[in-house]
Amino acid sequence: MTRKQLKQIIAFNFFRLVSLMVVCILFIILGFIMLKGIKVINWEFLTAMPKDGMTGGGIFPAIVGTLCLIAGSMIFAFPIGVMSAIYMNEYLKESFLKKFIRTMTNNLAGIPSIVFGLFGMALFVNTLKFGDSIIAGSLTLGLMVLPVIIRTTEEALKSVDDSLRIGSYALGATRLQTISKVVIPVAMPNILTGLILSIGRVSGETAPILFTVAAYFLPKLPSGIFDQVMALPYHLYVLTTSGTNMEQARPMAYGTAFVLIMIVLILNLLANLIRRIAGKKTKMN
Amino acid sequence: MPDYKVEVKNLDLFYGDFQALKKINFTAEPNTVTAFIGPSGCGKSTLLRMFNRMNDLIDGVHFTGEVYIDGNDIFAKNIDVDNLRKTVGMVFQKPNPFPKSIFENVAYGLRVNGVSDKHFIEKKVIDSIKKAALWDEVKDKLKKSAMELSGGQQQRLCIARALAVEPALILMDEPASALDPISTGKIEDLIFELKNQYSIIIVTHNMQQAGRVSDYTAFFYMGELVEWNKTKTIFTSPDDIRTQNYITGRFG
Amino acid sequence: MKPVKRIIEKTAKGVLFTSSMVTSVTVLLVVIFLFREGIGLFNQTSVEKHLVIAVNSANRVSALSSTEVKSIFNQDITNWKEVGGDDIEIAPKTIDDMASLFTEEELGEGFKNLAILIEKYVEENPGVIASIPESYLKKEFKGKLIPLKKISVREFLTGTEWIPTAHPAAVFGAWPLILGTLWVSLGAILLALPIGLITAIYMAEVAGQRLRNILKPVIELLSGIPSVVYGFFGLVVLVPLIQKLFKLDVGETALAGSIVLAIMALPTIITIAEDAIRTTPRALKEASLALGASHFQTLLKVTIPYAKSGIIAAIILGIGRAVGETMAVLMVTGNASVVPHTFLEPVRTIPATIAAELGEAPFGGTHFKALFALGIILFIMTFIFNTLVSTVKTRKP
Repeated sequence: MTRKQLKQIIAFNFFRLVSLMVVCILFIILGFIMLKGIKVINWEFLTAMPKDGMTGGGIFPAIVGTLCLIAGSMIFAFPIGVMSAIYMNEYLKESFLKKFIRTMTNNLAGIPSIVFGLFGMALFVNTLKFGDSIIAGSLTLGLMVLPVIIRTTEEALKSVDDSLRIGSYALGATRLQTISKVVIPVAMPNILTGLILSIGRVSGETAPILFTVAAYFLPKLPSGIFDQVMALPYHLYVLTTSGTNMEQARPMAYGTAFVLIMIVLILNLLANLIRRIAGKKTKMN
Repeated sequence: MPDYKVEVKNLDLFYGDFQALKKINFTAEPNTVTAFIGPSGCGKSTLLRMFNRMNDLIDGVHFTGEVYIDGNDIFAKNIDVDNLRKTVGMVFQKPNPFPKSIFENVAYGLRVNGVSDKHFIEKKVIDSIKKAALWDEVKDKLKKSAMELSGGQQQRLCIARALAVEPALILMDEPASALDPISTGKIEDLIFELKNQYSIIIVTHNMQQAGRVSDYTAFFYMGELVEWNKTKTIFTSPDDIRTQNYITGRFG
Repeated sequence: MKPVKRIIEKTAKGVLFTSSMVTSVTVLLVVIFLFREGIGLFNQTSVEKHLVIAVNSANRVSALSSTEVKSIFNQDITNWKEVGGDDIEIAPKTIDDMASLFTEEELGEGFKNLAILIEKYVEENPGVIASIPESYLKKEFKGKLIPLKKISVREFLTGTEWIPTAHPAAVFGAWPLILGTLWVSLGAILLALPIGLITAIYMAEVAGQRLRNILKPVIELLSGIPSVVYGFFGLVVLVPLIQKLFKLDVGETALAGSIVLAIMALPTIITIAEDAIRTTPRALKEASLALGASHFQTLLKVTIPYAKSGIIAAIILGIGRAVGETMAVLMVTGNASVVPHTFLEPVRTIPATIAAELGEAPFGGTHFKALFALGIILFIMTFIFNTLVSTVKTRKP
């Protein structure tokens, strides 16, 4: 064996070790939280109100709150994001406008989540007088994930073979017909993957909801979009850093972290499943 | 009834600064097959794409001159491009069925053109698949995805799809170049059949194919329409030396 | 039929166009709202609303900055000559100090005599400085009211103390927060960079399909875990570990923040660097191999240099992500607003400060505006990183 080869073998094995370390980091974090969290999970934990200064009971209002925020932000951000991507990919040629929109979208994606929190508070809570409410939080979160939806949708649209568009035009279909009947159905699985990813993001974000919707302790369910709610990620933060009795609240925190992790895991699995099914279906022979 | 199905007058076309077509004058008679031949980049596909205004979709294309189909100026202001594309069917190099069922592929053109009568659509779909000589192979699986068909079947499906909207003229851009010889043979037979009802213009790289299926052949070279005539004449006694060289395989 | 079709097409196009403008409008609104609230800070003094600073009418000092007021009341400044006055010892009095100077009888029912007493006291004592609510200020007050200098941009950026609750004048010096943010982020990148790059190279060039099929979803999951969960993990695992390992009083340190941020920045670095490495043309690599270079040599001498700008973009984006991260850092760094000296001290970052304090800052007050001003700093930092990335990316390799 030459020195050259020896060097290569040593280097590549070292690379493998480092990569496996990354895998280990994930499994340590997941494993730790799941092992500690699973003990707390039971029906009561998922469906009861918190009690005894949040050291007992469940996290039901936080689950409901997070679901409200997911629904609220997606109702608004998903259509706008998809339409925006359609406009950019299907209507705009390479031009100043397209470059401009793309730059702005990238800039929006780069804004830190806490700045979204500041912005949401200034615009929705104070200026538009929504107060701390589901609608203020949803709009803030929605604007934050808009770039994610736009980017994944654009990728999805780009991966639709141009010959399908041309084939449709050649049959006398208009642009709108081509988009709605050919392009979107083909791109749908990948668009949905983007939707799922952004749901994951929305369900885990804390900073943007701190000052727009999240309630410290609110043992009742919301009755309208102008109500405050608890939310899972903020609840976890509260339990670990600012509860009245943090030691006793620890099991509750593990349970909440477990639920958050499960949401992420399930969404990831779902996205991969859709991707796999779609990959099989559209494969040309 | 105008004399010509297609008539092109003094057509110059540019991609940006590059002149892709130079002073083209051309006509095609009804119920004939015309083959466009010539080396790559000679402008034959570009001309073909003028007939259903597919070049509109490409950036930086501009042109002067006139194109008439059935006596109508297809670049006139009041022309509905979508309607034009319905009247002029097109079959592409690579089969491009939509990822929908076989039935839906053929019905697509009808649906986007506003047809909603179920019975009419069904009749038209079956009719078109039969005309495209595909019926026996797919009649039991109309609801199956078009993606499951073989390449040759997919191409005949695309022809059926084009036929369903009752085009006056069918354009074929190297329809057999991505297919095996057996499938190619089937497509050629089909073109021969279709000639009775339609006018067809076909772009091809394959000299024998042009010889087999076409009544007229037009030879293009570097954006010029060098000559066009009865296929037999072109292949046996061409006027231009460039045509002769091409046909005998000296270049291209 | 035809005109209807056309109208539908036009309308659809209009709706789609409007949607596509939402991101641009949002960026614009973010800028407007941040600056509207944040710039207001420099129009204000940092003394609490409704408080005035009064001195003896013979005092020569004409204006004080908020830092000076704070130092006076902290008794770091004890003589008027230090702030440009006569050589008299300063006697700082808050309203509570004042009230305790007199008996209840003197004060009268409901402190009705307090205003008169204050005026008298200020006039009798040449060294006094008093912070008094406007409501306890007698009409035609005989003493001198000292105007406070407005907060300057320089003072805000370079001030080394951040004490928003100081009484009577708050101090807003963002320097320790800016430094804290940079420290924690740079620490994170130093940790994440080697690991991230090596993993990216391994995935793009060395790993077989099977291993890549494991690594891809692992990285996706890492980027999907919410930041509070990282913070929580850091708090219950890393912080005690660091405390024990380095025998510290508290484990909440810049180091803990850097480690957590490093893990969080890994997916960004790996994904972008891997994409960049993959863009190296196969022909280039084959040319190197054909000359007898080993796979590893080709990697070092051809592939990585070719992908350089993409790799730099990955690094910058990683830093950008770390700079803006809030919750995880808030939970593990201890949040002491002091200029950091080592990684084993608590630090406080800009996002953490905003998250921790905005809830308590009265709407529209000086503190509120100061937090928005921090938001501007953060926004500008991330904007610079984004612009850098796009310049690096568009540069030809």
